[in-house]
Amino acid sequence: MHIVVCIKQVPDSAQIRVHPVTNTIMRQGVPAIVNPYDLFALEEALRLKDSFGGKVTMLCMGPPQAEEALKRCISFGADDAILVTDRAFAGADTLATSYALASAIRQIEKEQAIDLVFTGKQTIDGDTAQVGPGIAKRLSMQLLTYVSRIAELDLANRTITIERRAEGGVQLLKTRTPSLITMLENTNELRFATMPDMIRAARYPVRKWNKDDAGIEDLSKIGLKGSPTVVSKVFGPTPRAVKAEQIPVDKATPRDIAVNLIQAMFTQHPALEQDMLERAPL
Amino acid sequence: MNERFDAIVVGAGPAGNAAAYTMASAGLKVLQIERGEYPGSKNVQGAILYSDALEKIIPDFRDDAPLERHIIEQRMWVLDDESFVGTHFRSDDYNKPPYNRYTIIRAQFDKWFSSKVREAGALLICETTVSELLVDGNRVVGVRCDREGGDIFADVVILADGVNSTLARKAGFHAEISPGNVALAVKEILFMPQEAIEARFNITEDEGVVIEAIGKITDGMMGTGFLYTNKDSLTIGIGCMLADFKGSPNRTSPYAVLERMKKHPAIAPMIAGGEMKEYCAHLIPEGGFYAVPRVFGDGWMIVGDSGGFVNSVHREGSNLAMTTGRLAAETAIAAKEAGKGFGAASLKAYKAALDESFVMKDLHKYRDMPDVFHRNNQFFTTYPELVNRAAKTMITVDGVDKKTKEREIFGDFRQKRSLVGLMGDAFKLWRAFR
Ligand SMILES: Cc1cc2nc3c(=O)[nH]c(=O)nc-3n(C[C@H](O)[C@H](O)[C@H](O)COP(=O)(O)OP(=O)(O)OC[C@H]3O[C@@H](n4cnc5c(N)ncnc54)[C@H](O)[C@@H]3O)c2cc1C
Repeated sequence: MHIVVCIKQVPDSAQIRVHPVTNTIMRQGVPAIVNPYDLFALEEALRLKDSFGGKVTMLCMGPPQAEEALKRCISFGADDAILVTDRAFAGADTLATSYALASAIRQIEKEQAIDLVFTGKQTIDGDTAQVGPGIAKRLSMQLLTYVSRIAELDLANRTITIERRAEGGVQLLKTRTPSLITMLENTNELRFATMPDMIRAARYPVRKWNKDDAGIEDLSKIGLKGSPTVVSKVFGPTPRAVKAEQIPVDKATPRDIAVNLIQAMFTQHPALEQDMLERAPL
Repeated sequence: MNERFDAIVVGAGPAGNAAAYTMASAGLKVLQIERGEYPGSKNVQGAILYSDALEKIIPDFRDDAPLERHIIEQRMWVLDDESFVGTHFRSDDYNKPPYNRYTIIRAQFDKWFSSKVREAGALLICETTVSELLVDGNRVVGVRCDREGGDIFADVVILADGVNSTLARKAGFHAEISPGNVALAVKEILFMPQEAIEARFNITEDEGVVIEAIGKITDGMMGTGFLYTNKDSLTIGIGCMLADFKGSPNRTSPYAVLERMKKHPAIAPMIAGGEMKEYCAHLIPEGGFYAVPRVFGDGWMIVGDSGGFVNSVHREGSNLAMTTGRLAAETAIAAKEAGKGFGAASLKAYKAALDESFVMKDLHKYRDMPDVFHRNNQFFTTYPELVNRAAKTMITVDGVDKKTKEREIFGDFRQKRSLVGLMGDAFKLWRAFR
């Protein structure tokens, strides 16, 4: 069995600040981490490896520093790691990123057939949840998003059965492999790396692929050129101008509290009173 | 796992990084273990970087180290409740490269230093705590980490695990640190636009200012405050002896002392509008010369804060940490070359090198300082008040002749402290500084 897990290195958004004057994002000194959602994908892949044997290959597109993120994944037990890194990829949006990753996955496939591709649900710095589906589409793989559990994997018959969280319930789906899974968060708990694995990871020679190694054919589809998304403006959330009104309830009865509340609402929004009067079944 | 290393370094602060870098550069097989998420994630410092100690390890560090500002002005302030008397020393000499001191932000600096360590060939493992030393008879043979398969063996273990050094204590190399020998410091990084900092401190682009303050801000406890300019932030902090916090009659908390300092009329305008980016607290070993434990044995050496190498009078710590780290590393390198093993007989060269260096010489010079200050809290209460009152009396123009004013000031001092007390204090200070 061979699984490819796609990860992204992201700034730890919990530590990002918006510059109070210029409103720009201050990245300086913010540590880079593995996108937390991707770790659920990694753990799920490692569990499959525990049960079925085989190999887990990590794939990441990013700047040279992203090597650290891949090494971290090695420490948890992934077998191989490839960093797709080239100046030509700079400025990629989700469309260009999924093109580049899909192309790299085809190159990996040439080394060894792939049964499953995992990604996280989304990233914490882009929040688009588009890259996984984009890769699946480009590779004509079955797409399984928001997966919460893998119920069964039948390698011989090349089928997989999963649970995915959908609006209003849980879907149980069975489909054929290879397929692409975007893993839901909090569906498993990442293992604790062993000391030998930590040492192996610290030494691991991450493979670095440039655009040619990644098999990129159409240069107009990668980097800034291949990215139709335009960020027109970045702004911090504006604090609300109006503060919530507080109605003291010290010794009032529940009835009085309700009456006061409704009165206050009607005073602020006279149209609301009108509207309710019209609808009220008299 | 049967893999063996030449050396294991516990901790990735300045001491551990200096040791690991020096040994890896000399071709030793080095494993460095850090419990933080990344080097610098747990570390606290003012922070002033002293170039000399780092230059001796990485001569061209200025090329890419994350340095904030080079210091061109040092202010020393004595504060009472509403005023301060002080000296400012500013020299254009400090504006001529190579610069002597810089402000840094430790999280960034440690990350940079660590990247150099790894480039030099040391293996760094983070998020891993060394829980104890592996000992065979008297000899340290490796470390035990808090992970599966966590026993790792090496010829020598260098303890650079910082002020608490639980490892040395567990192994019985150290006694428990006493509250009278450590200061507890709190500090904040306040974000402030670069232009505001430069206008407030009368500096341009990369220039920086350091303010050290003593006086009533510490509420009678032995301690000092500091304020440093970074690129687009200020660092403000204050530290007092842990024993003093414990015995404080007002039950003053570290946080309250800092708040008090921030509100002082001499300080408040300089930090006004600053947005807090980071708040942290940390211990500083301030026992000085007499508190330095045994620093080597069979298969082990202690460097940096874990050996108590801090010159609290001059607020120097990181440079002693780097220097002790380097000297321990050089000892290990020499021991390996000589092929005579890493027993205490080989490693005693480390102690000899320490004694020869500024580290032990400076600690020796100030050996009585901690004790003098600690026993005489008038240095932090009465004197600041007197000095400030004296200045005010002399400077205020109110029709009183200067001679009378002088007499008034002298009377003031006499009233607060007997002549013998005054002379005694002067003598004690003279002796401690000698
Ligand atoms: C508020 C404050 C201001 C200061 N200002 C200055 C200044 O301006 N200039 C100056 O030169 N010095 C200053 N100092 C002192 C300076 O910070 C220290 O002397 C210096 O950091 C000591 O370096 P170190 O490497 O020995 O210890 P540390 O920097 O404390 O590093 C120890 C490392 O070991 C790790 N560690 C600990 N235990 C374990 C374990 N069991 N397993 C694995 N890892 C472990 C820790 O996570 C840490 O990273 C200041 C200190 C404080 C608190």
